[in-house]
Amino acid sequence: MTVFVIRRFLQSIAVLVVTAVIVFLGIYAIGDPAEMLISPDASQAERAQVVASLGLDKPLWEQFFTFTWNALHGDLGRSFVFNRPSIALIFERLPATLELTLTGLVFAILLGIPLGLLSGLKPNSATDEVIMTGSIFGFSLPSFWQGMMLIMIFSVWLGWLPSTGRGPVGEFLGLHSSLFTLDGLKHLILPAINLSLFKLSLVIRLTRTGVRETMPLDFVKFARAKGISERRIVFVHVFKNILIPLITVIGLELGSMLAFAVVTETIFAWPGIGKLLIDSIMRLDRPVVVAYLLVIVSLFIFINFVVDVLYSLVDPRVRLGDAS
Amino acid sequence: MTSIGPPVLEVRNVSTHFMTRRGALKAVDDVSFTVGQREIVGLVGESGSGKSITGFSILGLVDPPGRVVSGQILFNGEDLLKMSPSAMRTIRGKRIAMIFQDPMMTLNPVLSVGTQMIETVQAHDKVSRAEARARSRDALGLVGIPSPEERLDAYPHQFSGGMRQRVAIAIALLHRPDLIIADEPTTALDVTIQSQILFEIKRLAAEFGMALIWISHDLGVVAALADRIMVMYAGRIVEAGKVDGVLSEPRHPYTSGLLSAIPAAVPRGEPLRPIPGFAPSPLSRPSGCAFRDRCVRATDICVTEPMLEIAAGREFRCFHPYLWSAA
Repeated sequence: MTVFVIRRFLQSIAVLVVTAVIVFLGIYAIGDPAEMLISPDASQAERAQVVASLGLDKPLWEQFFTFTWNALHGDLGRSFVFNRPSIALIFERLPATLELTLTGLVFAILLGIPLGLLSGLKPNSATDEVIMTGSIFGFSLPSFWQGMMLIMIFSVWLGWLPSTGRGPVGEFLGLHSSLFTLDGLKHLILPAINLSLFKLSLVIRLTRTGVRETMPLDFVKFARAKGISERRIVFVHVFKNILIPLITVIGLELGSMLAFAVVTETIFAWPGIGKLLIDSIMRLDRPVVVAYLLVIVSLFIFINFVVDVLYSLVDPRVRLGDAS
Repeated sequence: MTSIGPPVLEVRNVSTHFMTRRGALKAVDDVSFTVGQREIVGLVGESGSGKSITGFSILGLVDPPGRVVSGQILFNGEDLLKMSPSAMRTIRGKRIAMIFQDPMMTLNPVLSVGTQMIETVQAHDKVSRAEARARSRDALGLVGIPSPEERLDAYPHQFSGGMRQRVAIAIALLHRPDLIIADEPTTALDVTIQSQILFEIKRLAAEFGMALIWISHDLGVVAALADRIMVMYAGRIVEAGKVDGVLSEPRHPYTSGLLSAIPAAVPRGEPLRPIPGFAPSPLSRPSGCAFRDRCVRATDICVTEPMLEIAAGREFRCFHPYLWSAA
């Protein structure tokens, strides 16, 4: 286990370094932020002064070196637009995104696994057909369209739920989240559903496939021959086997949900990091974009690590393979 | 061993069909036999002859689209086919246990051996976890697994094939059933391990007074183990009787054909005589005797169904049985 953690840690550093280089070069190629920041009627001298103050007059390698050096000291640069440390901007908004994605994920799991089980245990039944058809819609209708339909139905026509923004934030056990106020919850429901519909379909299909692959296996028949109840066979024998692919995929999907909450956050004006990213790209606010991508990459690495640990907890074969 | 008292199991005219798009597939066709107390019965046949399905039919474990369409399966006088699913569950694993062919597949890879044993105890008896664990440990010791206490916490992949089959046997023994159905339990194992497992099962069956149905395609194994043998062909029992009699003086041409196809049974230098042709597909069985297309003794009369003949403790379905001096 220790060897595994150390190896994983070194790999993570390599990934971070490579991403930093790619991101830095990529953002450099997009355009000159000075064009966006300086008003068109500024004089040549003013312009030169601003460019120099941002360090944009230096050669690329020197800019990268300065950036890396500062990054190693925990400074990912100041936002050109807000004139504040970019990392602070991101951490300010990260909780909103985390709250949104985690709610969406929990929703996808809590609904997806039972529906998938229902489908897989009675394949080709009417229930199965309905669930499968529903999941095709979840997969194929574009997320932004689903979001707009949700707003139209639940906010505009029915008027049940608010369509934009994050509600008031409550505090519980030192945690700040809109989960803890009624109005906050109301604001959260639509974007969370929007974000989770695709994942919900994915979880349903994964679970269904898992059930259908596991049920005909010999150990299920043997469990029946032992006189084990059908309930225990499904929820212990079969479910624990399905959990292995589920954890892998859900872990990866959590990362992508965090990174690509952009669409949902834009539609529902959710003040998360996705919206910050879009705004920053529009204004060519380089330090924020770079910091955002590095934070997301770090989150991905961390989630993958957690998945690997969980994986070894669920699958004894992995656990022992590592020790030997 | 001779059986005393009423039989443990009486299978009467059982047919198990698989409903397919191309019609009913008669995997087991009008099969009848009895298993006496403490008796070891060998059920022999080629792949696809219906011998495993016969075993699954007894336990009510035939997977859809298959189902037992007719007959009676009397276990200690009670018809298993009339039982509710929940009543059937109290029989499975408790009064009738089963051992499967491939030990690599019968244990759940993600649950420890202990968990899989304890749940079997607790599925039938209301006992504490500690008590269930102690019984599991004792069962592992009984089948010759070293340091059973520690092995309870191990997972199936940490056992070899032979050891896994011992675990499966230990699970089957947990409730000291009246009957164990063993579906080719040694086929997937090395020859040396095979004989160990054979010996072990024979010893335990005798020790606990259990009856045993041993399903196999290996006549040699059955000869070494069983009291009685039943030969199955294309879903039917074509010959049955005491092991010695059937193997030394087979009446049915199919049994005789099986015997002359065994390398060890044929004198050195003489060629093996495989049975010509293939077992018929259950969907397109010839009418009358299903073996007639491959049979050297077949005549016109074989297109009609041969009746079961019973003579001197032997049963066979054939118009042209081999006649031996004694018969």
